[in-house]
Amino acid sequence: MEATIPLSFYITVSAILFTMGALGVLIRRNALIVFMSIELMLNAANLAFVAFSNSYGVLDGQIFVFFVMTVAAAEVAVGLALIVAIFRSKHSIDVDQMSSLKG
Amino acid sequence: MDSLLIFFLILALASVLSALGLLVSRSAVYAALFLVLNFACVAIFYLLLGAPFIALTQITVYAGAIMVLFLFVIMLLGSEKLPKGTSLPWQRPLAIGLAAILLFEAGFLLFQRVKLTAAIAQPGVEVNSVDAIRTLGLNLFNQYLLPFEVTSILLLVAMIGAIVLTKHEKGATA
Amino acid sequence: MENSGLFFNLVILIVFLPVMGLLFNIIFGRRLNEKIVGTVASTASGLAFVVSLLLGYSLLASGGEAHTIPFAEWIKIGSLDIPWTFRVDTLSVTMMLVVSGVGTLIHIYAIGYMHEDVRFKDDVKRYSRFFVFLNLFIAMMMILVSGDSYLMLFVGWEGVGLCSFLLIGFWYDLDTLGRPSWANSNAAKKAFIANRIGDLGFLLAAFTMFWFFGSLQFGDVFLKAEEIAASQPGVIMAITLFMLIGVTGKSAQIPLYVWLPDAMAGPTPVSALIHAATMVTAGVYLITRSWALFSLVPDAQYIVALVGAITALFAATIAVGQYDIKKVLAYSTISQLGFMVAAVGMGAYVAGMFHLVLHAFFKALLFLSAGSVILGMERGHHHLAHHAKSDDHHEEVFDPGDMRNMGGLRKQMPVTFWLSMIGSLALAGIFPFAGFWSKDEILLDAAKNHTVVYVLLVSAAFLTAFYMGRQVWMVFFGKSRHAAAEHAEESPKVITVPLMVLAAASVLGGALNLPFVHSLEKWLEHTIELAAEHGAEIHGYLAISWGGLNPVVAVVSTLLALLAIGLSWLLYGRNPLQFGQIDPLKKMLGPVYTTFENKYWVDEFYGAVILKPYVAMARFLAVKVDWDFWHDWLHDSIIARFFRWFTKFLAEPIDLGIIDAISNGLATLTKRSSTALRQLQNGFVRSYALSVLLGVVLILGYLLFK
Repeated sequence: MEATIPLSFYITVSAILFTMGALGVLIRRNALIVFMSIELMLNAANLAFVAFSNSYGVLDGQIFVFFVMTVAAAEVAVGLALIVAIFRSKHSIDVDQMSSLKG
Repeated sequence: MDSLLIFFLILALASVLSALGLLVSRSAVYAALFLVLNFACVAIFYLLLGAPFIALTQITVYAGAIMVLFLFVIMLLGSEKLPKGTSLPWQRPLAIGLAAILLFEAGFLLFQRVKLTAAIAQPGVEVNSVDAIRTLGLNLFNQYLLPFEVTSILLLVAMIGAIVLTKHEKGATA
Repeated sequence: MENSGLFFNLVILIVFLPVMGLLFNIIFGRRLNEKIVGTVASTASGLAFVVSLLLGYSLLASGGEAHTIPFAEWIKIGSLDIPWTFRVDTLSVTMMLVVSGVGTLIHIYAIGYMHEDVRFKDDVKRYSRFFVFLNLFIAMMMILVSGDSYLMLFVGWEGVGLCSFLLIGFWYDLDTLGRPSWANSNAAKKAFIANRIGDLGFLLAAFTMFWFFGSLQFGDVFLKAEEIAASQPGVIMAITLFMLIGVTGKSAQIPLYVWLPDAMAGPTPVSALIHAATMVTAGVYLITRSWALFSLVPDAQYIVALVGAITALFAATIAVGQYDIKKVLAYSTISQLGFMVAAVGMGAYVAGMFHLVLHAFFKALLFLSAGSVILGMERGHHHLAHHAKSDDHHEEVFDPGDMRNMGGLRKQMPVTFWLSMIGSLALAGIFPFAGFWSKDEILLDAAKNHTVVYVLLVSAAFLTAFYMGRQVWMVFFGKSRHAAAEHAEESPKVITVPLMVLAAASVLGGALNLPFVHSLEKWLEHTIELAAEHGAEIHGYLAISWGGLNPVVAVVSTLLALLAIGLSWLLYGRNPLQFGQIDPLKKMLGPVYTTFENKYWVDEFYGAVILKPYVAMARFLAVKVDWDFWHDWLHDSIIARFFRWFTKFLAEPIDLGIIDAISNGLATLTKRSSTALRQLQNGFVRSYALSVLLGVVLILGYLLFK
């Protein structure tokens, strides 16, 4: 008999990882760690894509993951440049310190 | 219970624990390393799902380039341990609560509403063949040509943006 | 019907000539010479006399029928149509001639009199105003006598009342000696008010007339009179009695005569013109004009006659006890008016009108000569003050009209003396002067028809002669009792010449209605239907008639007059009064004389019975009702307080409490909600991310569990 893992397992893992990434975005004050949590979320989404792609037997999911990765890379480049620029003016990467836009 | 399932469970546990490590570690460097571990686990997941190209791309791009970039920046900025902040004390419990609710909802969706009956089979040898990669490439350059080209422009813009953002102003204090 | 060569259409000039005169004097009078002012006024009056003559001639030439000349439409509302039409008939022309004739003479006299008076009172600027008022009076009197309806008559009636007020109060703020005093304005007010009461009677008569007859025009009323008398008895009686009230006011009969003596406060020309010759005769004219109505109600006629006769005697008794030369003449006027009213009351219209005309002549003469005497006394006083060597402050109150200060003036003022004598004889009714003829006719009629009236009138005639004699002896004979009288001077020609004209008229006036000729009677017959001799048998001597004159009555009255004059000589002429001596009649009659002297205390009686309660009531209404109750209590306490409470109520609970609360509440709500909502934008990225997650959870939940 073929060993199979139900799709739902993969999706569950994806969901858990996504949730934890979201939690990280919300809870952590270090901007870099927030960024990393965002990457975690993207990653969880990628996992879901690939799992479904496999389940439907098409490659479109994988191609999408390809693009997501590319975009994630670009985004990380720009985002880190931003953090560096902010660090230059605020001398801190605490997101709580960047609250000048309060009303 | 076959070994695949056990392997899967161990892997899943590893990924979850590493994510948890990311969540709770005080030091940014530790957090980055936990994330790298997470990426590795997910890459193995990809392998299990019969997407070797993606798995390797994951390692190369994510763990190799992105995380290295992260580590460079951590080095630049000094991995300072931020003091315990008390700005929004109510936010942490609420966030945890909401995340739990989100998880619950996701579970509800998965197991009550959408009954997934499909199963992922252990990938066979054929996934490692050149044909699979060729098909991927053909798909990429035929159907998804436009997104491909746009993505390349996006990368260009990101490069320029990164350079501009970190440029020192002439005469201005750094 | 074209009356070529006749002058009826000139009738409007009798009103408008004096009006033009007064307008000229109003506008230019103050800047012009006094002579010019006086001349303009006298010319206006004189021309009115000429027009009256022309009208008389026209009547004669056209057979004496009445002519009505319409002038203007006045009131026209629905069925009420009262135009201003002039009526030219023998009766109105008679009055016109008297008014304008005597009026013109008095205008001329006034030129000189007022010239001296304004200098005596030290207010030269008032000169032209006098002539304005005089012309106004002539105009109004002309309207009265020339109107063709009772309403036009009333317009004139009121107008002469106004002029009387204006002229009595000419020196409204000065007394006879030029000191500040309100006595003259009080007298003017009294005249106006007493006349007003009479006017009320007239108005009631007019209303009744209009209600039952539907018109006030003479023609309409007289035509319908008999029919109304037959169908609605009592109406004509009411009308005539109301008219009588008006007559007692205007012609100074009992009970409204009280204004006339006080009216002597006005300058002497005024007294002569208005209060002797013309205005006061308006009442007599009214009754004569309404002969058609009066002849239907013999009872009312008898009342009229009695009122006249009683007044005649009453006033004559008062005249006996007066010391002021003009007051004597005033009461004499009231008495003579009583004669006239009694005459027309008895139906002897011709006799009454005859006496009216003649009385105008000699009474005006008497008043004007009294004025001349007063002027002479004032000149003498002035002379004294000038040459007073001793400076004992001559602030004595010197009354130039008090007969007790006069005496022996016939030496200083001979012309005035002779003219005054003529007037007095005429008034006393001595043959052949004017008064004899007219008074005699009245007495004859009374003797024939109303014995009571005859007795009253003949007693009054006796007293008339007595008090005139008394006046002549006291003023002109004996020795001067006061230094001013010693230095009195004769008056200038402008004063004495009109007197001479009037004196001539007083002598010759009897010719107007001589026995056998009866010119006036024939003249008036065109207008007045004379009653046939009353039914009752006329006995014995009364039936003798020498062309209308009864010798018995004539002789009796002449004898009585001579007797009266003799008595007065005994008392006043033989032993002339010394300065400060009490009147000998007073010694004789004691309290009776005091009663005469005090005018029977009628004024005091009116004051206590009518004026005092009226003033008290007025004061009560003004102070208690109007101020205290209405203003203080009702307005202030109730209305104002309620209003203040109401506004406070509206302001505080409602305006502040509700409306402001709403607007303030909205503002506070906005502030609070904005403060609350502002918390959302706290600048922390983490909280924004939380809200995103919250949204996702909610949407997912909704999608899952819907």
